[in-house]
Amino acid sequence: MSHDKIVYMANQIAAFFNSQPEAQRAEGVATHINKFWEPRMRRQFFEKLEAGAAFDPLVVKAAELVNRPETA
Amino acid sequence: MTLIQEIDYGTPASKSDKTVTLTIDGRDITVPEGTSIMRAAMEAGIEVPKLCATDMVDAFGSCRLCLVEIEGRNGTPSSCTTPVADGIKVKTQTQRLKDIRKGVMELYISDHPLDCLTCAANGDCELQDMAGAVGLRDVRYGYEGGNHVKARDTSGDINAMWMPKDESNPYFTYDPSKCIVCSRCVRACEEVQGTFALTIEGRGFDSRVSPGMHEDFLSSECVSCGACVQACPTATLTEKSVIEIGQPEHSEITTCAYCGVGCSFKAEMRGEELVRMVPYKDGQANRGHSCVKGRFAWGYANHEDRILSPMIRETVSEPWREVSWDEALTFTANKFKSIQDKYGRDSVGGITSSRCTNEETFLVQKLIRAGFGNNNVDTCARVCHSPTGYGLGQTFGTSAGTQNFDSVEQTDVVMIIGANPTDAHPVFGSRLKKRLRQGAKLIVLDPRKIELVDTAHIKADYHLPLRPGTNVAVVTSLAHVIVTEKLYDEAFIRERCDWDEFEDWAEFVSEARHSPEEVEKVSGVPADLIRGAARLYAKGGNGSIYYGLGVTEHSQGSTTVIAIANLAMATGNIGREGVGVNPLRGQNNVQGSCDMGSFPHELPGYRHISDANTRSIFEDLWGVQLNPEPGLRIPNMLDAAVEGTFKGIYIQGEDILQSDPDTKHVAAGLAAMECVVVQDLFLNETANYAHVFLPGSTFLEKDGTFTNAERRINMVSRVMTPKNGYADWEVTQLLAQAMGLNWNYTHPSEIMAEIAATTPSFANVSYEFLREKGSVQWPCNDAHPNGSPIMHVDGFVRGKGKFIRTEYVATDEKTGPRFPLLLTTGRILSQYNVGAQTRRTGNTAWHPEDVLEIHPHDAENRGLKDGDWVRLASRSGETTLRAQVSERMSPGVVYTTFHHPVTQANVITTDFSDWATNCPEYKVTAVQVSPSNGPSEWQEEYEAQARQSRRIVHVEPAE
Repeated sequence: MSHDKIVYMANQIAAFFNSQPEAQRAEGVATHINKFWEPRMRRQFFEKLEAGAAFDPLVVKAAELVNRPETA
Repeated sequence: MTLIQEIDYGTPASKSDKTVTLTIDGRDITVPEGTSIMRAAMEAGIEVPKLCATDMVDAFGSCRLCLVEIEGRNGTPSSCTTPVADGIKVKTQTQRLKDIRKGVMELYISDHPLDCLTCAANGDCELQDMAGAVGLRDVRYGYEGGNHVKARDTSGDINAMWMPKDESNPYFTYDPSKCIVCSRCVRACEEVQGTFALTIEGRGFDSRVSPGMHEDFLSSECVSCGACVQACPTATLTEKSVIEIGQPEHSEITTCAYCGVGCSFKAEMRGEELVRMVPYKDGQANRGHSCVKGRFAWGYANHEDRILSPMIRETVSEPWREVSWDEALTFTANKFKSIQDKYGRDSVGGITSSRCTNEETFLVQKLIRAGFGNNNVDTCARVCHSPTGYGLGQTFGTSAGTQNFDSVEQTDVVMIIGANPTDAHPVFGSRLKKRLRQGAKLIVLDPRKIELVDTAHIKADYHLPLRPGTNVAVVTSLAHVIVTEKLYDEAFIRERCDWDEFEDWAEFVSEARHSPEEVEKVSGVPADLIRGAARLYAKGGNGSIYYGLGVTEHSQGSTTVIAIANLAMATGNIGREGVGVNPLRGQNNVQGSCDMGSFPHELPGYRHISDANTRSIFEDLWGVQLNPEPGLRIPNMLDAAVEGTFKGIYIQGEDILQSDPDTKHVAAGLAAMECVVVQDLFLNETANYAHVFLPGSTFLEKDGTFTNAERRINMVSRVMTPKNGYADWEVTQLLAQAMGLNWNYTHPSEIMAEIAATTPSFANVSYEFLREKGSVQWPCNDAHPNGSPIMHVDGFVRGKGKFIRTEYVATDEKTGPRFPLLLTTGRILSQYNVGAQTRRTGNTAWHPEDVLEIHPHDAENRGLKDGDWVRLASRSGETTLRAQVSERMSPGVVYTTFHHPVTQANVITTDFSDWATNCPEYKVTAVQVSPSNGPSEWQEEYEAQARQSRRIVHVEPAE
């Protein structure tokens, strides 16, 4: 499979929360990533975010609430 | 140690609350109304002679041995068919009864072989016991007349009445010459198993037990559950192991190590040799029933393929080298340490086993968290029921099924979604079928016409043959009907759930795009079926939902679980007997492995690793600092391995190369690691990429506990010495010690004590308690001292039940011109998971290879006939297997199993996964099927690699 997994997974999470009530969306995505993504996945997440990867706008919005892992 | 003898009360217990008092042989006896006189007598310790009665099946009254006299009533009624009545006076032994019984026995014995000394049932024959009980001393009729016993008569002519022994079934024999036509086997097949494979053919003296239409057992519909063998009072149906070994002399209660039903068995032994496994009537999950796997398929424990010596190698291209335990463990510990020194603390991890005990799983996650110093631990639930954990956790507050299996006896409407209980959870399937025959209604959501849709005496009221991948759309549409037609239970919702969240959800599901008419367009399910099913579930009485991996193994697996929970809350079907949401869990201890903290984000008892209070409980006890960050899940581990940041893994009892999706990606991940440690019974597929092999032990060789799909903690008993030298928990402890951890457990009970001390839902669980109670369902603590058969009784665990919107998002795995069909995968009755165990038993008689089920239209379009070799290809890979043309499939959908490594069905499956949990989307793969004339390139390469990798250099013992 050739899709970028980190971007794909984040956008899948956003697809779920996009259907939830407005107030819960960004926090829902961020909480989910914080709870289930290992630090190196979140590190890659921020790298791709900064590189301008094709994230869903909700993911971009939620990124402020995602815990930045300590640098390795 | 003694042989556990269960009392046979002759007829099933009555469930009436009203009691009746009668007198039997001068003793006053009080029993529930509806009890038979036979059972009432037995409860008082008076054993009325009987042959055709046994308490697993209803009374039949054919043998005429259990006759009694009742004061003031005429004749001699049979005590099995006569219910008790207030004040009656019963006599079980009078001259008249003695004469009748002796006469009846005399007739039985006149047509029965007198080879008692060499008979396999010698020591366990009810016919012999009854001959003794009635004082039979001679048979006046002689043995020369018409009979079923002798192949030829005295003049040497063929006896047409005689039939040879049927030895076709791999596990038991049928010897018609020993049959007394009591019909116990026929009734067990009907009433207990629900297969109706047996009948009585002929009339009068010609009557004989017949599988199907005078077939042999193996060719008939018989599913080899063993209920008939258990019911047989003579040697007519006998386990081949008993014929070979003889009668057992002691037994232990233990728990089956196959599926998540968790049946209790008596392991009947002679010395350390297992003679047979007999389902235990007091087993609270199985109530005395079994399936072909638990009852018979335990021969793998002694299979020649078992690896009994540790082995190591530097690279996977070398052959294995047998070494001592010491050398293997030191080698492993050094490897892990040097990897961590070189690549960092997070570069290693492990996988706990859903086939091992709670105690063993607890130790593996402890080794990883406390020894490796990270949270890179996961378990096979990742690829099966992780969405259940997420979905039920979000909505109800706890990630487990809400009911016990007994609850099915109270249900009125059963909805089965993406599960096939008669194949995958057979004993529950039989209990369900019994309830359905009593009149409960049935709704099936499945792309396949599973057995329950239309089988003997059962027909689903609604079968919704949805297109794979559209579960969320269809379940949300059921909710649409329930809300828009106001079929919901407002009182329940107002009391138990958050009303605002309900209103938000109700508004969401009411939108026109969720209507059955709209959903029909994507799911292919006719709108009127969705409407009818919704009305039946909402208003048909106690509604229960049972679901399986057809729900979870999708891109939207977690969303479907949430949708199911919404449905149950909206209709008030939670918190009492007969209702609930019930995930049918795959492996014997997959529930337990999740409970024991096998997930990378959770400590035991489903407490998030980021919670400092929970961490401190373990930190204080273990004397280490725990990492507060979640670790890698299995697919993430493999991704990290391919990227080069994950280098070592300890895998206990799990074959990820065969069971996990996208085999090529799994193989690439494993190949990129520097130290793969596999602990297993056999050189499984994953071991082809391993550097260390630590021999594992079977469930017969260890003490411990398994937790089944109803949260029931069952005892596992060691009945033989581990052939490999150690139980699996000991191997993990040795590895921990080699890595410098100071572990000194001397028995699994000490591990359970640690679990209880650290995990609130297990607080009152101990081996003493389990031995006393037989089993207990968690939560078991001061609030629930006797455990919790039903959950959420007075309110949801999370407080208020939470309704959550469930938007249907189509999977990105789509059919197109190159891959026009949808493949869905599953399992079959006789095989289990990757087949490592069942393929090494007689069960291969039923399923020697994986086949591709395909609808006749799709087969015809491709010029395929039943039995043809076909090439099955997806975007991920291709394999070949035989086609089975079957109308169980919908057009456009094909199906196969993943039990055989030769097929490697997971070469085909993709790396799409559930949005919340990364649970792989096994159930939807776009494929093409075409004729084939040989194995695929991948199969050939794989076979060569496996052969190369499995070479072992046997070391001659020094001196």
